[in-house]
Amino acid sequence: MSVTVKQLSKHYGRQKAVNNINFHVKKGEIVGFLGPNGAGKTTTMKIMSCFIPPSSGKVLVCGHDVQESPMEVRRCIGYLPEHNPLYLDMYVREYLELAAKLHNIRGKAVQERIVEMVRLTGLEKEQHKKIGQLSKGYRQRVGLAQAMIHDPQVLILDEPTSGLDPNQLAEIRQVITTLGKEKTVILSTHIMQEVQAMCDRVIIINNGEIVADDTAQSLQQRAKGQDIVYVEFEQANVVISDLEAIEGVAKALATSKRHFKLLASPGKDIRAAIFNFAVQKHYTLLGLRQEQGNLEDIFRRLTNKSN
Amino acid sequence: MFTILQKEINTFFSSLIGYIAIGLFLLTTGLFLWVFPETSLLEYGYANLDALFFIAPWVFMFLIPAITMRSFAEEFKSGTIELLATRPVTDLQIILGKYFAALLVVFLALLPTLVYYITVYQLGATPGNLDTGATWGSYIGLLFLGAAFVAIGIFASSLTQNQIVAFLLAVFGCFFCYAAFDYLSKLNVFYAKIDDVVELLGINAHYLSISRGVIDTRDVIYFVSFISIFILLTQLVLERRKW
Repeated sequence: MSVTVKQLSKHYGRQKAVNNINFHVKKGEIVGFLGPNGAGKTTTMKIMSCFIPPSSGKVLVCGHDVQESPMEVRRCIGYLPEHNPLYLDMYVREYLELAAKLHNIRGKAVQERIVEMVRLTGLEKEQHKKIGQLSKGYRQRVGLAQAMIHDPQVLILDEPTSGLDPNQLAEIRQVITTLGKEKTVILSTHIMQEVQAMCDRVIIINNGEIVADDTAQSLQQRAKGQDIVYVEFEQANVVISDLEAIEGVAKALATSKRHFKLLASPGKDIRAAIFNFAVQKHYTLLGLRQEQGNLEDIFRRLTNKSN
Repeated sequence: MFTILQKEINTFFSSLIGYIAIGLFLLTTGLFLWVFPETSLLEYGYANLDALFFIAPWVFMFLIPAITMRSFAEEFKSGTIELLATRPVTDLQIILGKYFAALLVVFLALLPTLVYYITVYQLGATPGNLDTGATWGSYIGLLFLGAAFVAIGIFASSLTQNQIVAFLLAVFGCFFCYAAFDYLSKLNVFYAKIDDVVELLGINAHYLSISRGVIDTRDVIYFVSFISIFILLTQLVLERRKW
C-alpha cells in the first residue's frame, strides 16, 4: 500500500519545519529518511501517522487522506514514535494486549498475535516483566511489536534501531527487511550502514526540504564520483590557491600547516596531477591517500552549508 | 472505550492510587462521623446521615482531583499520548474511558459507606427511623456531585503536563463550582435581583435539592449538562494540543 506526499508544509509560527516536500513511496518499498536533527523527519512522520495536521498540502496513506479519513489511515499503519513512549508500569503482554484491542482485534486472535509478535521480536524471555524493568533494547523491541501487532500495510518507524547493541541491530534489521518484502516501510535514521543494508530508496531531508531522493546505489555512485585525496607536504608554505589551480581539483582545504584535503571534480583521478604539481614546485610529497566518496559524504555535503 | 477504561482501572489498582483514594476517603468520613465529638453521629443524637453528606463533598474536593490529576497530564509528559492518538480510537472514546474509570473509583469509595447507613438504621429509636428517601436522594446527589468533580478533574488534567498543576486547578475548579456561587449570589450586584439564578449555577444548590429525596429533573439536567460541557471542553483542548 502506497504513501503519497504532495506539497506538504508544516510551520510553527514563523518557523517552517517542513517546506513543500513531495515524494511517493510505492507498495513494498523500504524507504529510509535521512537527515540531520531538526530537519523535519519526525514532523513528517507525525503528519503521516495523523498525530498532527499539515499546515498545507496533502498526504495520502493507503489511498486515504490523513485529514479527511484519519481513522482509516490509523487502521492501516503501524507507528513507532521517536523516543518510543511506553507505559512503564504495564507488563509486556498486558501492553501488547492493550495495543491489539485498541486496533479492534478480538477474542482468540489477541493472544495469537501477541505470541507471534513476541516470537518475531525475540521477547520470549522478557514477556512477563514490567516494561519499566526492561533495558532500552528490549523496550525498543516492545515498541516495534506494538507497531506490527495488527499486521498493518504500512510501517512508519522513527529511529527504530536507536539504542540497540550490534547483535540486536542485526536482528532487528533482519526483521525489518523480512517485513519489507510484503509491507511498505518508511524508517528514519542517522546511520548510513543501515540505509545501505535495509533500504531500497533514500530520501535526504535538510531544513524541511528534500535534498535527495534516489536509490541507495545511485547515491553511492554520485558519491564515488567525487574522490577525496589527503596530501602531506614536507614544506609548510604550500599555498591553497596553487593547489586549487591543479587541474581536476574542485576544492582544497588545509587541515594543518602541511596537511591538505583535496576534493576532486567528478570522475577525475587527481593523484598524478598532484604528484606533478609537487615536482614542478619543488615540494616534497610525503603522503598521498585517496578516499572514495561514500554515502556519508553525500549526506554531509547535501546537509551542510559549508562544503 | 472499554479497552481504555480497563487499562485505567488496572493502573489505579496496580499502583497505590486506587487503594489510597478509597482508604483515605473512608478514613476521613469515618473519623468525622464516628470519632470526632463535634460531628460524631453518636454524640449528635439524631439517626441520620446528614453529617456524611455534609462532609463528603469537601473530602471529594481534594480526593477526586488526586485521582484524576494523572489521567492526561501523565500521558502528555511521557509522550504516550502519541500512542493513543495514532490508534483508530476517537478523542471522545479516550476521554470517556478515563472519565468512567475515575468515576468507578469514586463509586467504589462510596460503596462501603452503606455500612454506615445500616448502622444508623439500627441506631434509630425504632430501627429504620431515618428518612430513607432523603438518604437515598443524598447518595444519588453525592454520586452526581462526584461525577461532576471527575469531569472538572479530567478537564484540568488535560490542560497541563504537570500533575500538580492539574491537581491544583481541579481543586480550585471543584471549590468554585461547588461553593463559590452561593457566596457570589450574596454580592450586592446580584442580591435580591438574580441571586437565585447565580446560586443555581453552583453545584451545591442542586446537590441540596436532590438531597431532599426528590429527583427533580432540573437537577438531573443540570448535572448531565455540567458534565457534558466539561467533557466537550476536554475534547476541544485535546484537539488543539495535538494540533
